[in-house]
Amino acid sequence: MVRALDVHKRFGRLEVLRGVDMDVARGEVVVLIGPSGSGKTTFLRCINHLERVDGGTIYVDGELVGYREKNGRLVEDREPEVARKRAAIGMVFQRFNLFPHLSALGNVVEAPLSVKKLSRREAGELGRELLGKVGLADKLDAYPSQLSGGQQQRVAIARALAMQPKLMLFDEATSALDPELVGEVLEVMKSLAREGMTMIVVSHEMGFTREAADRIVFMDEGVIVEEGPPEEMFARPLQPRTQAFLSKIL
Amino acid sequence: MITLAIDFEVDVVWRFLFNPLIREGAWRTIQVAVAAQVLGVLLGLSFALMRISRNPAASVFSGFYVWFFRGTPVLLQLYILYFGVPQLFDNQTLTTELTAFRAAVLAFGVNEGAYMSEIVRAGILSVEAGQMDAAKSLGMTNLQAMRHVVLPQALRVVIPPTGNEFIAMLKNTSLASAISLVELLQGSTLIYSTNFKFMELLVVAAIWYLAMTTVFSLAQAELERVLSVGERERPETLFSRALSLMGGRRGA
Repeated sequence: MVRALDVHKRFGRLEVLRGVDMDVARGEVVVLIGPSGSGKTTFLRCINHLERVDGGTIYVDGELVGYREKNGRLVEDREPEVARKRAAIGMVFQRFNLFPHLSALGNVVEAPLSVKKLSRREAGELGRELLGKVGLADKLDAYPSQLSGGQQQRVAIARALAMQPKLMLFDEATSALDPELVGEVLEVMKSLAREGMTMIVVSHEMGFTREAADRIVFMDEGVIVEEGPPEEMFARPLQPRTQAFLSKIL
Repeated sequence: MITLAIDFEVDVVWRFLFNPLIREGAWRTIQVAVAAQVLGVLLGLSFALMRISRNPAASVFSGFYVWFFRGTPVLLQLYILYFGVPQLFDNQTLTTELTAFRAAVLAFGVNEGAYMSEIVRAGILSVEAGQMDAAKSLGMTNLQAMRHVVLPQALRVVIPPTGNEFIAMLKNTSLASAISLVELLQGSTLIYSTNFKFMELLVVAAIWYLAMTTVFSLAQAELERVLSVGERERPETLFSRALSLMGGRRGA
């Protein structure tokens, strides 16, 4: 589903990604961990071309993201093409980024209406169904400012699902939440994983990782240091850097 | 004994307050101000989008527009358009079609566009970058994201200074008296040049300007309240307070 080859990204002089390779199979749940500044979020943002890569390629479902090949060279896609490819990749942000001027239902139906050109009725049905699925059937008309952090993040998940993505990216989806609200969001994420959604999750929620992840990828200083199934990574990390990091968060 | 005789006849004020020339002048003032403000908002929006676009030519052009129209007096711009441009082209159709009214709307509108573009730009910059990220991640193009996500939020920041601009516009239309457009101030001067009741007619004009700006300020407060949907604390307005005093809606 995702194939990243030798991805490089720099911000000015700072090289944030220094050659990242990653393969994610359809239906797989990959959890990205690593110290702050290790490039996890940047890598996630490169996957849907919110950040332009400086080197390497990323394929999602067989399509090159953000670029097309022309005479053996890579050319950046025109904007509508970038947008079309992005629509198939859902993203959930640390700070929710709900649209404050729209109700919960309005947030969920906005992209289906303006991008997919669904009718009001179709979009409304879809929106109600998805908000029901994340346990917010009674909050359709609430505005983001009237919802708790956990509820806002669940609306954000429903909003991303409304575009029927093939892949979901979660960027520290629970780290801005009060501890007692983390569980409700993780529950929704677990049920998505059970349904077979392909997910790349930046998270330090080790309970979730143990339960839902197929693979843990440990990044540090812009490269992948080590990866493997959760049981093995938790029990016997091979690299000293992984051992040091895991001993701090477990 | 010296008496301080004040020559001011209140009756004259009342007599001329609804004089046809004054009424027409006031109506003309509103027409020019509204049309020019609408033009200014449209131009401001376009130039703000050009300014922040990644196209360097569009950005530089927009910067140049703002630089010129903010950097010269609007009266000069009005003269250039009304007297200067017809001389350049010396075209009969242009001269007859370019009425004082049209010249005023065009000059004030284009001038206003320069200020509005900075206001709209500030509004766009006030929206968190995360909103654009979210909109793009849902597959919206830049333009769709602007239209459905960024501009609706920018609007709340843009409305108060735009109200300010419109109030300034209502008053600045009096400059059009310099190209003999019979707006409110010109209407008053035409009357006092025949009856010499200067102060009375200037008071008449002042009353009308105050009435117009007051009505507009109240309307603006209502608009801001309508747009505050989704906020925890919504601003109270004269109208909403009156309603709640009468036991009507509360906090709705």
